[in-house]
Amino acid sequence: MTGTTQAAPAPTDAPVADVLAIEGLRVTFGDGGAPVEAVRGIDLRVGRGEVVALVGESGSGKSVTARAALGLAGAGARVQAERFELDGSDVRRATPRQWRRLRGAKAGLVLQDALVSLDPLRPIGREIGDALRLHLGLRPAAARARVLGLLELVGMPHPALTIDRRSGELSGGMRQRALIASALALDPPLVIADEPTTALDVGVQVRVLGLLAEAAARGAGVLLISHDLAVVSRIADRVVVLADGVVVEAGPTGEVLASPRHPRTRELIAAVPTDVPRGVPLLGAPATAGPSQPAAAPAVRPPAPTGAPPVVEARGLVKAFTVGGSTTVAVDDVDLRLERGRTLGLVGESGSGKTTVARLLLALTRPDAGTVRLDGDAWSELPERARRPQRRRIGAIWQDPFGSFDPRWGVERLLRDAIAAGGGAPGSAAVADLLDQVHLSPDLAARHPLDLSGGQRQRVAIARALAARPDVLICDEPVSALDVTVQARVLDLLDELQREHGLALLVISHDLGVVRHMSDELAVMRHGRILEQGPAERVFDAPEHEYTAALIRDSPRLAVGPDARRDPADR
Amino acid sequence: MSDVELRSRAAAVGPECGRASALGAGTRRVRPGTVLALAFAAFLLVATVAPSLLQTAAPNAIAPRDAFSPPSLAHWFGTDESGRDVYSRVVQGTGASLAIGASATAIGLAIGLILGAVAALGGSVLDFVVGRVNEVLFAFPGILLALLVIVLWGPGPVTATIAVGLSTAPGYARIIRGELLSIRDSGFVEAARVLGHGPFRIFARHVLPNALVPVAALATLGIGQAVVWASSLSYLGLGAQPPAAEWGAMLAAGRTYITTAWWLTVFPGLMIVLTTLATTVLGRAITARDGRRR
Repeated sequence: MTGTTQAAPAPTDAPVADVLAIEGLRVTFGDGGAPVEAVRGIDLRVGRGEVVALVGESGSGKSVTARAALGLAGAGARVQAERFELDGSDVRRATPRQWRRLRGAKAGLVLQDALVSLDPLRPIGREIGDALRLHLGLRPAAARARVLGLLELVGMPHPALTIDRRSGELSGGMRQRALIASALALDPPLVIADEPTTALDVGVQVRVLGLLAEAAARGAGVLLISHDLAVVSRIADRVVVLADGVVVEAGPTGEVLASPRHPRTRELIAAVPTDVPRGVPLLGAPATAGPSQPAAAPAVRPPAPTGAPPVVEARGLVKAFTVGGSTTVAVDDVDLRLERGRTLGLVGESGSGKTTVARLLLALTRPDAGTVRLDGDAWSELPERARRPQRRRIGAIWQDPFGSFDPRWGVERLLRDAIAAGGGAPGSAAVADLLDQVHLSPDLAARHPLDLSGGQRQRVAIARALAARPDVLICDEPVSALDVTVQARVLDLLDELQREHGLALLVISHDLGVVRHMSDELAVMRHGRILEQGPAERVFDAPEHEYTAALIRDSPRLAVGPDARRDPADR
Repeated sequence: MSDVELRSRAAAVGPECGRASALGAGTRRVRPGTVLALAFAAFLLVATVAPSLLQTAAPNAIAPRDAFSPPSLAHWFGTDESGRDVYSRVVQGTGASLAIGASATAIGLAIGLILGAVAALGGSVLDFVVGRVNEVLFAFPGILLALLVIVLWGPGPVTATIAVGLSTAPGYARIIRGELLSIRDSGFVEAARVLGHGPFRIFARHVLPNALVPVAALATLGIGQAVVWASSLSYLGLGAQPPAAEWGAMLAAGRTYITTAWWLTVFPGLMIVLTTLATTVLGRAITARDGRRR
């Protein structure tokens, strides 16, 4: 369980037998005219009892590498390697049939999305027991006993009950445990985990990583794939950084974090927002500044003065939902104030009521009690007809920008529509200007959101929100679907736009690191209530509530000494 | 996940080899079946708009001496009991059959759209009422419902069209209701509300067009079905009346001679089958394209 913090570096003097040894791995997709080489000559080895982290942005080839290591690169993929050994045996010429025998027995896989990785119609006990029956020929009763043991091993609450539940009846953390249990079922020498903690609450994240560290402690080799260096640095012995299908840097975790040599590694490190003070751009500063140099002081901007009348003020908000006869209070007596040019961060785990608060402020749903006022005037009590002309003043961006775009519309039409809603003249100059403000090329106006990357989509969503010239911007998990480096660029952008337009921001996130970096004020929410609220630095440095302290403890940060980029005066 | 990663990778490689070249190459290829269906649909279109371009004889010209000649170079599909050229009559009948099929589908869609919209957006009471009415309509076999309409208003092509349209409406209503409900709660409708757009504008510009995308694909499938139904009614003598060259009516007329002159029934029947097949293939192609876009 102590593996949840920084694991001790593996003893380098003890020779470790490699469970996975790959040299010169190449994976090519497509044929004929333009084959795409996703992986271009990667060397990778994972020793027994070792946790190796494969880190890189989307498109760096890390998932393809992991899949190739399991013989799952997919139809249409051509996998070549000079050396490719799984637990000591050469698998370069393994047939699909042989691969089926190797998977599960020699290598277990933990996928990112536990909801789609488990069959919704089968109890998890049967799902996990499959591997045991298939590979060991265990009878159902014996398999069940083993599954119970496994569920206990991964710390599943009430294993005797959960074994008969289907995946839909379990929480995200429990599903991830079930997946890990099925990956560990045959006690494979190699466990591959592809983004196992993305989209999980920080507390659950820590426990899932702890489970993988424990598997390594029992002698398995663990290959951990992630875009987030801070997450993997908790348990990884070695880090392998991928970019554009090649390894750009590899070494013991501590060394790589303390003295990164490659710019891409430095970028991954800089993108972790947790300990970067408010107002300091994450990636905005030129990368030429060495890691040993302090950040340029002028980059820190003074916070906008407080004490002005709030733009948005919520008092005593209550909202309850009744589903199937049982009533849940999603939001319970919440007070919030948003001020011009300042940011309020709202943190909480999933199900804490954060999104309902956003919907109440946006007047998309009516409060059962309490009021929201906009610039001192009535807002939540207004009849919809009277509110509609005012709506443009509160903009919003969501976690899934793609879902917030009409699938029939291209970027240009989306923006023109929003400009018109804000009362502006929706010409192509205005569209180009908006794209420029979010640092996108005006050529993108002609594209469909489908053809954009996740980061570009979120920028278009921000541009659309700005188009209506709002005073307030509600950001509901604005970056949680993005890679850390992309996340960092989007956060820098929001910060910059707030300064330019004097926007009042509400940033909602389950990631305390994001919220802390962005916020002047911080509110911590749990079970619909605000546990504590105050200046961000005060809440973060001296939390009054035990729950806040746990959130801070669990939030991903680089597990190395103080980052050189941090302003020395900050601590 | 790897799929997403690959997409963004493909995009990162350069604009010139975007989605289409890296991943889409296999899926964008047009299937030969779709090409054949398109060609047949083009033939039907010409036969509808300008049948004389395709005809080898006047469709209603009687030549008693040539009666019952089997298919030959002069008469591709043979001749009927009055010596009329079956091929030219089949071409002539395309317009009537397709018109009945298309208008019946349009009627079904229109009624389905109204019922679906009322159910989805009119509140829980209306949803309940429409839902029950729909279930009653579903409980009747479609052809029985059509017969009921014909009993009330008398036989004829117009009544047959309305009858077929009515009996397909409940199916469309259900699908449209589901589409409208899911779009009503979608992120982009919420985004439009936040921008301050009014409910009618949101319905007209976002909800309706997006609900109609899958329905359009479905309607293409429905046209083929409606042609079969309309032909069935004509076959029963309740739709188009002789001597009109309508496929169902031609089938009915040829039935008497089915043992001696097979070509009287086989060729109109084949046209019905091919039309249904072609619209189904095209409908599926549209659905598949729509699926990729979503």
